[in-house]
Amino acid sequence: MARFTTLESAVVPLPIDNVDTDQIIPARYLKVTDRSTIAEGLFANWRYRGDDENLETDPDFVLNQPRYEGAQVLLAGDNFGCGSSREHAPWALYGNGFRAVLSTRFADIFRSNSLKNGLLPVEIDAETSSVLFAQLRLTEETGAPPPRVVIDLEEQTLVVPSEDGTSTLGFSVDPFAKACLLEGVDQMGYLVDRLEAIRGWEAERAPRVETAATQAAQES
Amino acid sequence: MSRTLYDKVWERHTAIPPSEPGMPSVLYIDLHLVHEVTSPQAFTELRNRGLPVHRPGQTLATMDHSTPTDPSLDEQKFRVLDPQAADQLQALRENCREFGVPLLDMGDDRRGIVHVIGPELGFTQPGMTVVCGDSHTSTHGAFGALAFGIGTSEVGHVLATQCLVQQRAKTYEIRVDGALGEGVTAKDIILRVIGEIGIEGGTGHVFEYTGEAIRSLDMEGRMTVCNMSIEGGARAGMVAPDQITFDYLAGKPYAPRGEAWEAALEDWKTLPSDPGATYDQQLHLDAASLGPMITYGTNPGMAMPIDGAVPEPEGDETATLTHQRALEYMGLESGQTLKGKKIDVVFVGSCTNSRLADLEAAASVLEGRRVRDGVRMLVVPGSQQVKKAAEERGLAKIFVDAGAEWREAGCSMCLAMNGDRLGSGEYAVSTTNRNFEGRQGPGGRTFLASPLTAAASAVAGELADARDLS
Ligand code: SF4
Repeated sequence: MARFTTLESAVVPLPIDNVDTDQIIPARYLKVTDRSTIAEGLFANWRYRGDDENLETDPDFVLNQPRYEGAQVLLAGDNFGCGSSREHAPWALYGNGFRAVLSTRFADIFRSNSLKNGLLPVEIDAETSSVLFAQLRLTEETGAPPPRVVIDLEEQTLVVPSEDGTSTLGFSVDPFAKACLLEGVDQMGYLVDRLEAIRGWEAERAPRVETAATQAAQES
Repeated sequence: MSRTLYDKVWERHTAIPPSEPGMPSVLYIDLHLVHEVTSPQAFTELRNRGLPVHRPGQTLATMDHSTPTDPSLDEQKFRVLDPQAADQLQALRENCREFGVPLLDMGDDRRGIVHVIGPELGFTQPGMTVVCGDSHTSTHGAFGALAFGIGTSEVGHVLATQCLVQQRAKTYEIRVDGALGEGVTAKDIILRVIGEIGIEGGTGHVFEYTGEAIRSLDMEGRMTVCNMSIEGGARAGMVAPDQITFDYLAGKPYAPRGEAWEAALEDWKTLPSDPGATYDQQLHLDAASLGPMITYGTNPGMAMPIDGAVPEPEGDETATLTHQRALEYMGLESGQTLKGKKIDVVFVGSCTNSRLADLEAAASVLEGRRVRDGVRMLVVPGSQQVKKAAEERGLAKIFVDAGAEWREAGCSMCLAMNGDRLGSGEYAVSTTNRNFEGRQGPGGRTFLASPLTAAASAVAGELADARDLS
């Protein structure tokens, strides 16, 4: 898995609450068996215009604006990533260069999926969120470059611009996921390393189901 | 210590406890359901690491999301129409063969939506842990199982080790006291609950549904309620098992039998939350205050009584913008009543409302009536077994006689990745669980409702209250 240690980046605003994973990547982009084309589907219903056969990029959508090119942090409204469990959502964000999302709340499954893919969900308070959104609006109006933030996972700090320079905020992260991200190791390896203990646990209990029975019935 | 149902199931499945406070547990999974959309990359991961599937006999695969529901489409014609989806089905077939995972393939009369077949085959049982790469795995909680959706990485973890790294959730009791009124259904309960707590309300929690109104629901109704736990932000929802649960399971093809059944019953009876068990949060509703519900916006929390008016926005600036944006997408305005609003499509189906009891409810309205001219109605059974039963009981004939389309089992128009979808701007009354922008087709506009409301609206050609039909 990709490591995450520190990150300094401009912020892209998406001032919408409850952005669900169907918006992050619509179902019609999920008919694939690998991850090579997933990035194309990111925010497809907003990013493109026209029908499937005739897609044009919509220059008004925030990700298509040159001022946000190369930004690695997305600032979204409350409850980001709700809905479907599709891990294609963090894959699509990551595939478009995002490494962190800021929101006042993340849906459970999206948070869990993101942490397994080098994409850091950073929960911020409502005040910080509205200040950042206001700064983004202002810089858009004046044409100044968008505000930048610094994220340090080891220290669990987020540095945001403020009236008198910067302010440093803390954020919480699951300690296990944090260790995995810092070292770039994945949970699959952790579990596989424990297969012996798992087998020991299984040895004391009969399996609750026997799904193979469905195949016997089919063949007879 | 008094323990909740969740505590009991969690503790029974903790294979490796946390190494220190704050760290996650290793949770053992009894049943892993697999479908074509969220599994291919997980099988690839196993292949890359040279790992086998640890417990193929506790894994069951089927095809439901991208499968065609048009009865005239055989696999060859389907391949021409949608080669990408056909490839995905083929990939599941090959993965199952290579890794020895049992598969209910196209043509198998037990195939269907993964959350419909688990229970109807008797695999989903009280006190189990059930996962699937699908957020509506919460459905199986209706049996007193701990059941939740996982991402594709976690699908790989369970395939390889039958375990997940998990943090314990908080608990949230949702108590619905009293008796439901005539024409008020499980779907209306859950839409009201989500409307009350918001779609983020259950984040970090597992719901336990309690109270007389929940107890009085049949298993189909309990599954409808638990199904939409995820729409309330909770990864899982549970109902304590009782005689209704046991009666449903008795004699199901893969439920325990004989002595094993007796032993299972003894065990299942110990699962309900102990008297005095406490929850981290609670919501109390009185069933008498519930009526048929409908959604007006672009998330399931934007729900209102069918005879109500679209509310004004509330909250901070982003919340107001979000509300306005949703109404603009829906072509609606605050203060507007919805009853009488013209509709184009009615969809009865999905893992929320495609079981026999749901189809019976829709048929009870349609019997002797016709779908209004200009309205397209699709009825899509949740499984091939539901389809067969509905045909044997004459329900299919009622739908067809009324002018509705009767199709093969699958997810169909719930998520617009299999050919069944709304046109841009079309209004649909749908018995599904998500009214997100574009969920049922780009530009499509969804009103979520119960099968009764959906069928009544099909007859009226506009949003209608089934209680008004007589
Ligand atoms: S019916 Fe809809 S919600 Fe249910 S599993 Fe299928 S796509 Fe998901």
